[in-house]
Amino acid sequence: MTSFDVHIIVRSLPFLWKGMQLSIALAVYSAVVGISMGVVLAIMRLSSIRPLAWLSYVYVNLLRSVPLLLILLWFYLLVPLLTGHPVGAFSSALIAFAMFEAAYYAEIIRAGIESIPARQSQAALSTGLTRWQAMRHVVLPQAFANMTPSLLAQGILLFMDTSLVVVVGLRDFMATASIIATQQARVVELYTFVALVYFVICFAASRAVGLLRRRVSAA
Amino acid sequence: MAHTYNWNWSVLFQHPYLGWLISGAEVSLALAACMWVLAFTLGSLVGVASTLPNRYVRALAAAYVEVLRNIPPIVQIFVWYFVVPQLLPPALGMYVKRDLPHSAFWTAVVGLGLFISARVAEHVRAGIEAIPRSLVQASLATGLSAAQSYRHVRLPIAYRNIVPVLTSEFLICFKVSAIALTIGVMEMTAQSRQVEFYTAHGIEAFTAATLFYLVFSAIFSVGTTFAERAMRIRG
Repeated sequence: MTSFDVHIIVRSLPFLWKGMQLSIALAVYSAVVGISMGVVLAIMRLSSIRPLAWLSYVYVNLLRSVPLLLILLWFYLLVPLLTGHPVGAFSSALIAFAMFEAAYYAEIIRAGIESIPARQSQAALSTGLTRWQAMRHVVLPQAFANMTPSLLAQGILLFMDTSLVVVVGLRDFMATASIIATQQARVVELYTFVALVYFVICFAASRAVGLLRRRVSAA
Repeated sequence: MAHTYNWNWSVLFQHPYLGWLISGAEVSLALAACMWVLAFTLGSLVGVASTLPNRYVRALAAAYVEVLRNIPPIVQIFVWYFVVPQLLPPALGMYVKRDLPHSAFWTAVVGLGLFISARVAEHVRAGIEAIPRSLVQASLATGLSAAQSYRHVRLPIAYRNIVPVLTSEFLICFKVSAIALTIGVMEMTAQSRQVEFYTAHGIEAFTAATLFYLVFSAIFSVGTTFAERAMRIRG
């Protein structure tokens, strides 16, 4: 093996940064959509209307039983068929991630809502709020304060998961590194660099989430 | 649904597609089983190590867990497949890369199994730490050595308490095994994609793969629910 060539990484940084931007954008957008869908699914699951609760249960367990890669392939195939025109790999990956992560967020949010004592919503209802207002202004704000660390931890997993989009041909951080590694025959440098970057980001982020979790549970 | 899609479910039962799907199912199950054996063994060792009194052993165990769980599994697989053979002595690297039978399969087992082992280690550590201090002290007071206390008191209790999380880690092995397709292992997801590629019947092919994952997960969950009930510590 020839010596470790740092210059190839330095020279590739602009291209790699483009890939990283795609990874971050995909993670952030699908976290926002996924959490919104997760709230709806959690409320459905806790609803007294049986079919809604059942639908949410089936959705969550279906998506949690299937590999993310297969879900990515499904949406890459289905979204253009359903919409009738090509939407591009980014949009279909975004939809796939949002729908997949929503199943995981829904479970976190459900646990968060259930952690709020029933007397809170009883008190809210007795002040004359409707059930929806009680959920919106009393239960959800407290639940979100408690579950923020878990939602962020799931966000880190989501960021790591975005590295799988290479199967639908998207150029995220991992895929751009892969392209350079093959073209320049520098696999050792590029993949070591990718592993290091992911480690630094995810380790620092998990540490930060850990600190936040301690602060939330102390409060 | 656009009316342009041409349905044909029978394609799944035609030669050679049926054979591809069956062999994909076998490879997925074999991957998950091998990954699980590796993850359970290493995860147990590291999990126990992270509860030992020695500071350096604990730090080493913590480093193992943090490195393996903070790098995406696809990156880990690529490192094992493309980087590690180059760092080995040339003869050994050549063997791993080229001459070892099913080298992609075994690389996937190692790469993904190590990723899961970090998760298993955390469960084992949590299981051991959850044992009341008084019980550990009582076991030592009866004259057991630290090793005997692990062997006869702490580990049996810890493992029985974490059976549910360990069974769910097996299902995670089963799902994560699909990532092996990125280095060319023809497991279930890869085979269904191959059927799609050759027949243009993607919906049928992906439905077959989805049903495989769903049905196996359901059967496994029902089976382990009984096992968990039998293993639970009563009282």
